[in-house]
Amino acid sequence: MTATIDALPDLLSPVRFHQVGKTFGTGQKAVVALDGVDLEVSAGEFVCLLGASGCGKTTLLNLVAGLDRPTSGRIELNSSRPAVVFQEPALMPWLTAAGNVELPLRMAGVPKAQRRAKAAELLELVRLAGLGDKRPHELSGGMRQRVALARALASTTDSGDAGKPSLLLMDEPFSALDAITRDVLQGELLRIWRATGTAILFVTHDVREAVRLGQRVVLLSSRPGRVVRQWDVNDAPDAVDEINTALRKVISSHAA
Amino acid sequence: MPLEVQEEGSVEAGLDALDTPIHTSEGSRLRQIAARVLPPVGAIVILVAIWQALWAAAFWPEFKLPAPAAVWSQIWQLVTSGDIGGLFWVSVHRAVIGFAISLLIAVPLGLAIANITVVRRGIGPLVSGLQSLPSVAWVPAAILWFGLNDRAIYWVVLLGAVPSIANGLVSGLDQVPPILPRVGKALGAGRFGGIRYILLPAALPGFLGGLKQGWAFSWRSLMAAELIATSPELGEGLGQYLHNGMSLSDISMVFAGIVLIFVVGVGIELLVFRPLESSVLRARGLTSSAR
Repeated sequence: MTATIDALPDLLSPVRFHQVGKTFGTGQKAVVALDGVDLEVSAGEFVCLLGASGCGKTTLLNLVAGLDRPTSGRIELNSSRPAVVFQEPALMPWLTAAGNVELPLRMAGVPKAQRRAKAAELLELVRLAGLGDKRPHELSGGMRQRVALARALASTTDSGDAGKPSLLLMDEPFSALDAITRDVLQGELLRIWRATGTAILFVTHDVREAVRLGQRVVLLSSRPGRVVRQWDVNDAPDAVDEINTALRKVISSHAA
Repeated sequence: MPLEVQEEGSVEAGLDALDTPIHTSEGSRLRQIAARVLPPVGAIVILVAIWQALWAAAFWPEFKLPAPAAVWSQIWQLVTSGDIGGLFWVSVHRAVIGFAISLLIAVPLGLAIANITVVRRGIGPLVSGLQSLPSVAWVPAAILWFGLNDRAIYWVVLLGAVPSIANGLVSGLDQVPPILPRVGKALGAGRFGGIRYILLPAALPGFLGGLKQGWAFSWRSLMAAELIATSPELGEGLGQYLHNGMSLSDISMVFAGIVLIFVVGVGIELLVFRPLESSVLRARGLTSSAR
């Protein structure tokens, strides 16, 4: 699997933001999505980014994933290629579940036997062993999202830069699922996080989800997105009310 | 702890079992085939019955509306004399070669139109326009340029099929959900990896639609070209057979020609394109089983 924390004597932060800003458009109609964001994720850390709509959570994730570039500031990436899980599973409908997991390995030129083994291993990690030859439309929503997670993990492990900490980016991955499935998958994610030791940057608008999953919760304001406050929720699982109050305050400041 | 983990796993397994979409197959294989074959056969039987009735009522003189039996005997004569093989060979091999060349031209063309903005703006409307121009219109020019030979015929077929195939590919590429190339990029796809592993397979259903239409256009254009450009050096295809029927004022021969052209066109669609399309769509869960 990926390099675990204990294997890394020197703990590099997989990602560090230096005064990152992102503006869409120019002139009068320009929208400032992010402004002066400083943020650091430590190796193996689980960080939840929390915010209402329009706070630039997704923009922030896209910047780390390399799908977009910041207009100002700098993002320091010390991880292997970040794995990304989107809100929709976005599986390739022409490939089987295993084929989807193998896709990033195939694009990286990994030999067939090795890809097979890796895909089987990752499908087992997300508890889908034996379902590798199912097509996406034959799977439930929760199963698809788990395939997407396995595929994302495959995309980090192909690159030769082992030794660098790994980083998993998740953009509201469970928000389109029903409550029961979401609950189970949150538990699964924690298990996988512990098993792989990867750092996770998890975007959500659900306070309970953020507190349950994260070690640290970062609240972003909306338009422009700035870091408002951070909570260390590892030892304070009852922080939900406090964070909720802070989130409401941020949202109501837009009422005027 | 191990107990809790196991329990969580079993909850998940239970959820998976409950949530997995259920796919039922409808009845036996024989029934499925019957349900597919009977309606078109029934339609043909009704059509022939009406034709027979009209002929029997003698609304039109015999030289305008032949008896179904007379047309059948024309076709049967072609079959027994073995001439039908030659007719089919001449026309079908031309159509297949023309279609293959069209494919070689249309795929790079479609890729360029879909991916390069300047090319799309410049050539895109031209290609769409060519699609609505009947390719028969090119027959006179082709004969003047190339003379009465196969090259003239291929030229007409190309102009019929290339725009359809290219347009099919373009619309297939345009309909790829934007999330897929983004996911591809996040998974490490470069420019060519993205085209090869994401865009082209994602565009396949639309592209197949274009291929099907391209085949119809190339068959249609070929028949028009054969019908107009007749000469001994060209050999006798179905179009020339039809033309001969007209020259001989033999209406049953004309009808036989039409029936044969129809049979080949529909046959290739049913034998080649329909199975291809339905297997692609089924693999992606895009069909209802009733189609």
